Amino acid sequence: MKENVYVILKQSISEPISINPDLCIGCNKCIEVCQVDIFIPNPEKKNPPIVVYPEECWYCGSCVDDCPKQGAIKLNPLLMNLVHWKKKNGNKE
Amino acid sequence: MKEVFFNKIKWPYPIKWNEEKEFTTDILILGGGIAGCWAAIAAAKKGVNVILLEKGATIRSGAGGSGCDHWESAATNPCSRISPEELTIAMIKDHDYYNNGISHYIECREGYDRLLDLEKMGGKIRDTEDDFKGAEFRDEKTKLLFAYDYENKFTLRVWGTTFKPALYKECKRRGIQIFDRTMATSLLTENGKQGGKVVGATGINTRTGEFYFFKAKATILCMARPARIWLFSPGLPGISEFRPPQCVGDGHAIGWKAGVEFTMMEKSVRGQWSGERSFPPYGTGNTHNTWYACSMVDANGKKIPWIDRDGNILKNVSQRYRPAPGQKFFLKGGGESDFHLYDYQGPDILPIDVLLEKSYKLPFYADLPSMPEHERKAIWGLMVGQEGKSKIPILEEYNLKRFDPKKDLIQSYGEGWMSSSFLPRERQLFGLPGGILNDWELKTNLEGLYAAGDQLFASDCNGHAAATGYYAGRHAASYAMNSSEPILFYQQIESEKNRIYSLVNRSDVIGWKEFNMHITRIMQNYCGEIKSKELLNIGLKMLEDMENNEVPKLCARNPHELMRSLEVLNIHTNAQLIIHSCLARKASSKHLHFIRSDYPEMDPPNWHKFITIKLQNNKVKIGEIPIDYYGPLKDNYEFYNRDYLKGEN
Repeated sequence: MKENVYVILKQSISEPISINPDLCIGCNKCIEVCQVDIFIPNPEKKNPPIVVYPEECWYCGSCVDDCPKQGAIKLNPLLMNLVHWKKKNGNKE
Repeated sequence: MKEVFFNKIKWPYPIKWNEEKEFTTDILILGGGIAGCWAAIAAAKKGVNVILLEKGATIRSGAGGSGCDHWESAATNPCSRISPEELTIAMIKDHDYYNNGISHYIECREGYDRLLDLEKMGGKIRDTEDDFKGAEFRDEKTKLLFAYDYENKFTLRVWGTTFKPALYKECKRRGIQIFDRTMATSLLTENGKQGGKVVGATGINTRTGEFYFFKAKATILCMARPARIWLFSPGLPGISEFRPPQCVGDGHAIGWKAGVEFTMMEKSVRGQWSGERSFPPYGTGNTHNTWYACSMVDANGKKIPWIDRDGNILKNVSQRYRPAPGQKFFLKGGGESDFHLYDYQGPDILPIDVLLEKSYKLPFYADLPSMPEHERKAIWGLMVGQEGKSKIPILEEYNLKRFDPKKDLIQSYGEGWMSSSFLPRERQLFGLPGGILNDWELKTNLEGLYAAGDQLFASDCNGHAAATGYYAGRHAASYAMNSSEPILFYQQIESEKNRIYSLVNRSDVIGWKEFNMHITRIMQNYCGEIKSKELLNIGLKMLEDMENNEVPKLCARNPHELMRSLEVLNIHTNAQLIIHSCLARKASSKHLHFIRSDYPEMDPPNWHKFITIKLQNNKVKIGEIPIDYYGPLKDNYEFYNRDYLKGEN
C-alpha cells in the first residue's frame, strides 16, 4: 500500500463511469456507442475500456443501455445532483 | 485497480496526420443525428449514392440519440382533430411570426409519416403491450398514446430510445456509407468562391487525424444549433445539458464561412440548462413536457392549483389535458418559458410569486402518488424512461435508490421545467433560435446546399428534425439527379488541410477549454441581455483580436483534442455571427428576447421582419425579408411536393 502513492497529473471533477472488471468482457461496445468519445480501448485485449475524457461525459447512459453484460458498466450521477424526495404519508394533506 | 497516468497512455489509434483520402458521392450529409439519418434514408430511397459524416457515433449521436419521449405536431395522425394548417399557423402566431412557417408546416404535414416509417424499421410508436389499456390518453383502435391536449390528439407519447438504433440499422440496410468519428470542417465551393455552388466538404477523422475530402452533387447540413457561446463549464461541460456537449454548431460556422445566409441569429434567451449549474433535465419535480401535467404540493402537502388560461381553477387532473371553455385547442402548458398567446395558452399551475403571496411554503414537490395510475405510469416509467437522457441517470438510478412514485414526493428546484436560475447575461440558443434561412425545398441560398433539423432557423424537437431531414433528403436527391458533375478547387482543399494541421503540437499553447471560456466571458459582458452598439462593438473587437492573439496558439496533442479545438474555433465564428446579427437589428423585440438600450422601443412595426445575414467577399451583408415570406402554406407545400403526394418517396 505504502508504495502505491502517486501524484495524478490530470484529474477529473467527477467519475461518471465505473466498469466492473469481473463482469466486463472487453467487447468495447460502450466505446462505439459513445457519441462524445470519452473511452479508449484497453491496450490489453478483452480488458475493460479506459475512460480518458470523463469530464466530457453527457451522462446520457447509452453505454449502460447498450452494454451486453448487465451490471458491467455503471453511470454515476454527480453527487450534487442527488434530488431530495420524501414519503407523502408523513405530510398533512 | 491499476493506477494510470492519463497523460502517459499511448494514443490507441493509428495516427495519420497529413494523410488524405478523396471520396465521391451524389449526396453528402453532414451530421448523423435525427435529421441526418432521415435525410440519408430519403436520398437513398431515390436511388442515389449517399455518404454521411458524423463526428460521434451515428447509432446514438445527436440530442435525440439516446431517447425521445414525445413526438410533437403529428397533425396527420388518424386521431388528430386539427389540421396541419391550423397547427402551423398557431405556432407562427404564438411566436409573433418569428417562426419557420415552412419547416413547421413540413413537421405538421409529414411528421406522422416518419413515425409510421420508424415503426416499419423497428421503432416503437404505439402501446402494443396494452400497458395503458383504458387510459384516457390512449386511442383503443390504433393504440397510439397522446400527450398534452387529449381532445385534439396531435402530440404522441413514443418509445424514443428505440428510434436511433432503428434509424442506424436502416441507413446500413440501404447502403448508406457512414463515416463515424468524422468531423466536417469546411464546405467546398465551385472555384473556392464564397457564395458559390457547394461541391462537397472536408472532414477529419477524430481518432486517426486523417484528412478527407468529399465531392458531392448536393450537400445537406444536418448538424446542431450553436452552443457554449455564453455558458460553458470546463469541468463538466455535458452534465445537465439538454443537448450533447460536442453539439456546438459546427455546421453554422462552416456554413457562415462559405456564404450561407442566416436569420434570427440575434435571438438568445436566458440560460435554462448548463453544465453543473442545473439538475439533469426532468430529474426534479416539475410540470413541464415529460412531466406534464403532474400534480404539485407545497412543503406542508397543500395542493397547488392548476388553472386554465382564464385563471379558473381546474377541478380534476383530466381537465389539465383539455382546452379551456371556448378554446379549440392549446399548444403547450405547464411552465413554458415563452410568451403565449391567449388563443393557444394551455393549463398551468399558478406562478411561484403568486403562490408565495398566497402563503404556499417552499419547497414544492411533484406529487406523483396523487396522480391517476395511468398518468403516473406515463410520467414515471414511459416518459422519463424514454426521454433524451433520462432513462439511465434518472429513472433507473432513482429506482435503484428506492424512489417510489406511488409513495414519494420529489422536490422541485425552480420555476416551470427549470432547476436553476441564470443571470440575464447568461444566455443560450434555446426554444426556437436563429439558423439557416430556407426556401420551400429546404435549400439554402447556395446552390447544391440544403439544411435540416437544428440548423434551420426556429427549429426544435425530434419530429421537426425527422420531417425536415427526410424532406431535405428527397429534394436534394432530386436536384442531384439532374445536376452536372461537380468540380473541386484543390487550392481550397489544401488551404483547409493546412488550417487544420497547424493546430497540431504547437509549442506556445492555449487549450480548447480556456479558449471557450474566454469566448463566453466576452459574450456575457458584451452581448448579454441588454445590448447596445457600443457594447456589441467592443465584444466584436475582442473576438476579432482573438484571431491574431489566441487562435495561433490553440493547440491539439491528439486527434480528439484536434476535434475539440476545431469546435471552439467554430464557437468563436458563431459568436461573431451572433454579434453581427445583434448589430443589424436596430430595434428591440419581445419575442426575440432582444433588448437594445439604444433602440428601446419594443417591436416597432417597421422592424417586424426577418433580418438576414451572410458573408459576401468576406464582408457582412445584411438583408431583410417579409415575416411571412413563405406565402400560403398548403398551396406552396403541394406545389413543391407533387411527387410525394402521388405516393413517391
